[in-house]
Amino acid sequence: MRIYCPICGERDSSEFTYGGDATVQRPAMDETDVEVWCQYVYNRKNPRGPMLEYWHHTQGCRGWLVLERDTVTHKILSRPQLVGPWADQPKGDTTADSGTDAKERELVGEPAGAE
Amino acid sequence: MGGYRLSSGGSQIDRSRRIRFSFDGRDLGGFAGDTLASALLANGQTLLGRSFKYHRPRGVLSAGAEEPSALVTMRSGGRVEPNTKATMVELYDGLESSSQNRWPSLRFDLLSVNGLFSNFLSAGFYYKTFMGPTRKAWMVYEHFIRRAAGLGAGGLEADPDRYEGLHAHCDVLVVGSGPAGLMAARAAAVSGARVILAEEMAQFGGMMPNESEALDGASAGDWAKATIAELSALDNVTLMPRTSVYGYFDDNVLAAVERVADHMPVPPENTPRQRHWTIRAKQVVIASGAIERPIVFDGNDTPGVMLSDAVRSYALRFGVAAGHKVVFFTNNDRAYHTALRLADQGMTIRAVVDARSALSQDLVEALAARGIEHFPGHVVAKAEGGKALEGVHIAPYDPHTKRLKGASRWITADALAVSGGWSPAIHLASHASGRPEFRDDIQAFVPGEPEQAWRAAGACNGDFGLAACLAAGSEAGAAAAGEAGFGATALPLPSVEGGEGEDSTVLPLWEVPAIKGRGKKFVDLQHDVTAEDVRLAQREGFQSVEHLKRYTTLGMAADQGKTSNINGLAIMAETRGATIPEVGTTRFRPPYNPVSLGAIAGREIGAHFRPVRLTPMHDWHVAQGADMLAAGAWLRPRVYRQPGESVTDAYIRETRAVRESVGIVDVSTLGKIDVQGPDAAEFLNRVYSNGFAKLPVGKARYGLMLREDGIVYDDGTTWRLSETQYLMTTTTANAAGVLTHLEHLLSIVWPELRVQVSSVTEQWAGMAVSGPNARRTLEAAVDDMDLSNEALPFMGVRPGHMGGIPVLIARLSFSGELAYEVYSEANYGLPVWEKVIEAGKPFGIIAYGTEALGALRIEKGHVAGPELDGRTTAADLGLGGMASRKKHYIGSMMLDREGLTDPSRLKLVGLVSLSGESIRPGSQLVEGATMATSGPSLGHVSSTTYSPALEKQVALGLVEGGLERSGHRLYATYPLKGHHVPVEIVEPVFFDKDGSRMHV
Repeated sequence: MRIYCPICGERDSSEFTYGGDATVQRPAMDETDVEVWCQYVYNRKNPRGPMLEYWHHTQGCRGWLVLERDTVTHKILSRPQLVGPWADQPKGDTTADSGTDAKERELVGEPAGAE
Repeated sequence: MGGYRLSSGGSQIDRSRRIRFSFDGRDLGGFAGDTLASALLANGQTLLGRSFKYHRPRGVLSAGAEEPSALVTMRSGGRVEPNTKATMVELYDGLESSSQNRWPSLRFDLLSVNGLFSNFLSAGFYYKTFMGPTRKAWMVYEHFIRRAAGLGAGGLEADPDRYEGLHAHCDVLVVGSGPAGLMAARAAAVSGARVILAEEMAQFGGMMPNESEALDGASAGDWAKATIAELSALDNVTLMPRTSVYGYFDDNVLAAVERVADHMPVPPENTPRQRHWTIRAKQVVIASGAIERPIVFDGNDTPGVMLSDAVRSYALRFGVAAGHKVVFFTNNDRAYHTALRLADQGMTIRAVVDARSALSQDLVEALAARGIEHFPGHVVAKAEGGKALEGVHIAPYDPHTKRLKGASRWITADALAVSGGWSPAIHLASHASGRPEFRDDIQAFVPGEPEQAWRAAGACNGDFGLAACLAAGSEAGAAAAGEAGFGATALPLPSVEGGEGEDSTVLPLWEVPAIKGRGKKFVDLQHDVTAEDVRLAQREGFQSVEHLKRYTTLGMAADQGKTSNINGLAIMAETRGATIPEVGTTRFRPPYNPVSLGAIAGREIGAHFRPVRLTPMHDWHVAQGADMLAAGAWLRPRVYRQPGESVTDAYIRETRAVRESVGIVDVSTLGKIDVQGPDAAEFLNRVYSNGFAKLPVGKARYGLMLREDGIVYDDGTTWRLSETQYLMTTTTANAAGVLTHLEHLLSIVWPELRVQVSSVTEQWAGMAVSGPNARRTLEAAVDDMDLSNEALPFMGVRPGHMGGIPVLIARLSFSGELAYEVYSEANYGLPVWEKVIEAGKPFGIIAYGTEALGALRIEKGHVAGPELDGRTTAADLGLGGMASRKKHYIGSMMLDREGLTDPSRLKLVGLVSLSGESIRPGSQLVEGATMATSGPSLGHVSSTTYSPALEKQVALGLVEGGLERSGHRLYATYPLKGHHVPVEIVEPVFFDKDGSRMHV
């Protein structure tokens, strides 16, 4: 499997670490209902098919990406996007990408899951 | 009896080059170009090994990768390789091979008595015999069964050869070099696409040397050679012979193994034995051909029973006759052509037995012209001979009732060529496709809908004629290149003349009834699964194809059922009264061929298994004779042994020296993370369970980090270097994990926090200087610093210099002594270390290792890895006060859950051995005074040491109720080693309980 990293270009999946379900949102710091915390810590859906996921480019730029992937075919269905305070920064050199339309490389907005 | 070398023929061998080789110690001869199988056959050696379960004699079935039976052990010593297909081994001078699973010898095998017990060794034998009330019997019989069942044995010596892992990229990968593969490669290559053509055998061309057609006026074999010559001249084509593409993975990544030097006794210098290839292809053409099917009948595993096209291959390509008297048994026309061609080459063909009755008159006449007996409407009902075929019983057969319909007759024969039709080799396609589809006209499965960028062409797609293969290959190659972005059109096809014509429809024939009783009819020759096993599975309710496979192990041997799968399915279908597509087929999974572990490991073995991390002071430790110990990827000094000292002597001496004067230890391996930004204080306050918001600049604090579920994750000190900069230290083991954790929080959970983290573990060298003389030592080492208790109080951090080198000194203590950690830029680690040693000489400074480090921290009751085991809370470890009640932080809301506050939880205690015996880490803590009466476990021992300060064997442990048991006697029991040591429960801090020593 190969994953496109908006910073490093298309890379082998062995450079990345799976980061879990990207639709899960951490409760607010002052949330006091333990049930809500238990939901967050322990309960995950295990969808068969498309799933929004985090991936950490551990062996590369160490950025966190969010992407949609089919858990049956392993096909990546969406353009991976960088998450975090740097997600909106203009990108420098993206020539590492193999022949994709430059416009397509533009990153848009905050992914689901980020506050 | 058996095979022999024909006086002529053999397109692949060079009769002028004789090759010597050995089999079971016998010296034999062959020719260059032979395979081990063809050379053994030429020497009349038809018996090659004993079978997996019943130790039945087995010989060669095929001439290719589908071989289930002819498995041999190659070479010896470190180069030994068991379970190698003799049909795939190229003969070389000095080749050493031996038969497998026989004892004491191949001809006289004592364990063949298993065959007499075959009724007991049928499907489900293990489950039925060793589960439930008879389970204990397994203990008794395991040794015997393990010895009896199996194939070859691996070696115990290290393999001296090199294996490599490489990557390749291409536009079009063509798998297989038969007519379809060659045309596909040509068509793709002319478009300019980068093409890789992989062929699992040594010679390109697939089955083409066996074909009778003329292509553009040349023989099919010569046409293949010319095409390969043409392709090899092109820069954009890479030819990969001896390369088996064994797996199709996500994103069109394929894996292959190239047998670079398996055809040589020893690989030449700078050459690996095998290369593992990871191939990233934009498009793939699968032209993997088809595999001939055997027919299942009584005695069908007798050496001498072979596939019809294998008999053809041995004669035409290797000049080897499978036997002196050959009988053919078929349900299709191709076997007739084989019989005719071999008769013309001088072989004695006794008869052609055909289950069909309506036949081409031309073929019937051709047989008659050569004096070959013909038995239409007949089947071979039994093969006899034991170690070598002696003859066959044939009988008339009714395809409608599927019964024999008359008396049998005997034909003497030493080789039987069987053809039950052809199955496309859909294995690779099936790794990347939907469910295979069954085609009635060829009675076989063809590849399902592609789920990746591939197309199948030729026989593997169900197109069996040579002309059809050429056309399909050309089209597939052009289409693949087109989709990879190259303008390509199908090439003009070579003219095809002569040949064997269109095959008439195959008669479905899977299994022949036995003449008497049930017979010994083998479906899966490699795993010894019989037709009766399949029916037994059906009767016992294992009717789904997935259950059938697992219950009988049909198709689960190393050959993945290449010659057995379809027969097994067909027999199950017949038994159930269903059709084959209704029964379905299991999905093939990688690897298509067995892959040696060496090829997968490649160069990542021994010292290259993973990178070794060395601290800046590593060479000094080694020069001082330290015992180096792996701590994760790091090497750390364990003890610095003096002459005559044991490890125990050394750590006791080192520990005493620290308590009495001063010692120095390398702590460069601690994880170090630079945390910077305006919101760094807020961030740390959310990450640590204790307060960090008010830590002043120039101070360090011990911090406890919890997981989201409230369990302790990691600990360490974090130093505030400025308003916006901190240096966080983590345990050696969790350095990478903590960094990822922090990055996750900053990117995903709190992107609004203006904080940046980065690992600086390698940027800093670190050492701890501990002991009553630590301050005096450092005062003599620094250039310009006041290290008095007022200037650098406990937990203070100050920058300074040593011999002009900038250092950071923090007054931290892990040992309970007056102690400092000195950090410098990594490249200055050694001079700083040496400077401190020099300064400490008047005080008798010693370097100490991880053993003394552990002894010192256990004496002080400090927790470390063995206590932070992913199950303990802060309260369990006596650190409840560090879990703040005044703020929200990671894990804070989960702390009060019932399970985490249960009073019976295991809690940290100290343990003192009452007998003076040492306490073994991992011991269970029990109440019973003897091992036999030990009772239930109340906890366990986590860390142990001899305490020089107490002169006692002490330990830390986790026990139910914790210090409520203070003063109680328990036993630390370790039954595996016969240890049962009385211990007293005490407070975990053994030494200097009020901490006065470190506050001076």
